[in-house]
Amino acid sequence: MTTQAPPIASQLTPSPPAFNKKRRGGDIGPALLFILPATIGFLAFFAWPTIRGIYLSFTNYDGSLRPAKWIGLVNYKHMLNDTVLAKSLLVTLEYVVINIVLQTIFALGIALLMQRVAKSTFMRGLILLPYLISNVVIALVWFWMLDPQLGIINQFLNWIGIGPQAWFGSSALVIPTIALVNVWRFMGYTALLIFAGLQTIPTSVYEASQLDGAGEVKTFFKITLPLLRPVLALVLIITVTGSFQIFDTISVTSKGGPANASNAIQYYIVDQAINRSHFGYGAALSVLLFAILIVVAIIQFKVLRARDSDLA
Amino acid sequence: MSSTEAAPTRALDATNAETGGEPEKAGFSFGKLLAWLVVTALLLITVFPFYWMVRTAFSNGTALAANSSKLLPADLTIGAFKRVLGLSNIAEAQAQGGSGASVNFWLSLRNSVVIATVITIGQVAFSAMAAYAFSRLRWAGRDKVFALFLAALMVPPIFTSIPNFLLIKQLGLINTLTGVILPFFFMTPFAIFFLRQFFLGISREVEEAARIDGAGHFRIFFRVVVPMSSAPIITLSILTYVAAWNEYFWPLLVAQDQNSAPLTVALGIFRSQTPNGAPDWPGLMAMTLLAALPIMILFAIFGRKVVNSIQFSGIK
Repeated sequence: MTTQAPPIASQLTPSPPAFNKKRRGGDIGPALLFILPATIGFLAFFAWPTIRGIYLSFTNYDGSLRPAKWIGLVNYKHMLNDTVLAKSLLVTLEYVVINIVLQTIFALGIALLMQRVAKSTFMRGLILLPYLISNVVIALVWFWMLDPQLGIINQFLNWIGIGPQAWFGSSALVIPTIALVNVWRFMGYTALLIFAGLQTIPTSVYEASQLDGAGEVKTFFKITLPLLRPVLALVLIITVTGSFQIFDTISVTSKGGPANASNAIQYYIVDQAINRSHFGYGAALSVLLFAILIVVAIIQFKVLRARDSDLA
Repeated sequence: MSSTEAAPTRALDATNAETGGEPEKAGFSFGKLLAWLVVTALLLITVFPFYWMVRTAFSNGTALAANSSKLLPADLTIGAFKRVLGLSNIAEAQAQGGSGASVNFWLSLRNSVVIATVITIGQVAFSAMAAYAFSRLRWAGRDKVFALFLAALMVPPIFTSIPNFLLIKQLGLINTLTGVILPFFFMTPFAIFFLRQFFLGISREVEEAARIDGAGHFRIFFRVVVPMSSAPIITLSILTYVAAWNEYFWPLLVAQDQNSAPLTVALGIFRSQTPNGAPDWPGLMAMTLLAALPIMILFAIFGRKVVNSIQFSGIK
């Protein structure tokens, strides 16, 4: 039984018995062949650009034939005086807060509703639909519905006595508007993640709570929410990280405007690096974004105690 | 750990049992009525924008202004589709409020199809091979290498995009389909992670049996592991296809010209071209609808698989 080996592997290593832990190296030959294409992709488009990105952030590379020159911390120091960046971070934070708070509350509500009355695959499929359609498509449909002149939302607002709003054209409204469009797009998906988490809470816990005479509201705050915490933590880490990288909706609708009011950090990075060929500064800005994401994720992980469950 | 697929089914059974175990909740109750009202409102909110897209796409641009809040198409016509598909002449288009802005829908459609198809085939095949090595083969450093691959999940796309843009530029692949495809062609950490979960669940007996019959690793991979995992592989292929079809950020950086721009980028260009005062809304919505249609059809066919995969993979 141990003598059979794949033809190629036999030339590289002696054929090991299946899952023999003692044999050092094991299936290293065939393993290398199996991971070869993925490794090429990993090294060329994930590992190498990560290292190169960090390197570029210490240079003044401008995309021309002139080679990148090491300038130390100049790019990072420049950030401190960059008022557009300050505005951009503020706007991004505003977006993340509005987006995440509303999205999580709605998703939680939807998940609980599904649990109660509607958990058919059809229903789940329907609320997932916006998530599967391209950002660009969603952005354009809402851009049209929110059009100041002919958009249906403004027609409706007129009808109920509130005047039409400029939505994407107003510096006060543009970020809440984009945040709401993406709440609409992602709440079904987030609800499904939370719904999956709800399935892990044993029925016996609810029964016990019911026997003790706890009402719906009490059950939710004392049982459901605490037991859902690890799932919610994971969902929040994923959605917050994604939310910080808002780009597509802005790019299609407001294009960062009016007057930088929707110039979120990723949009600003692209503007600096690609449009203006400030690759060094753009790279430094993406290091900043990366660092922010890591810090935010770690804080969430700690605060929400993502790892331990109360269900033990 | 025997089968990852069985888990969600069991979870669903548990909830079914739960509702069954609450007889006092059965029948009519005010709370239930309220819940259904909210669900109905929710479905309306979810569906309405799609309806409005369709309604506008079938409207006549010149009639739209006077009928902006009419629920049915304003002066029902397929003129917008003809305009977008290049089937109407300029006079015809302008009579219906077309801006004369031209998009090459067919070329963009071709680009989208080629990009999404090639990415799906490469990414799924190579990720499956890697997942096999990470789950069924034993070799020194396996788990460390896997952890390294997974770490790439943490790196935000923008971070690698700037150096990748420079790489693609240096390779002379700007405005080519290859340039759009390449970074996604070999793997994504998610695809490997997703398939590895399933491969780990395959029973060793089956593999042992194949080995006794003289099958090598390649035979076991292609004849045992892949067929036994056809369901998750199909699911992953659909998710990959949808993601590649919807991708906007990367092609925006490297594919602005019409021979390489996919539909998402072409839509953005179309929107930028339309004059600010009076955009060709029916034309824009017609193209938007056409761009989303393949995914909607795919979802109508494979919806159950996609929904269930999101239920328990949780990451994508």
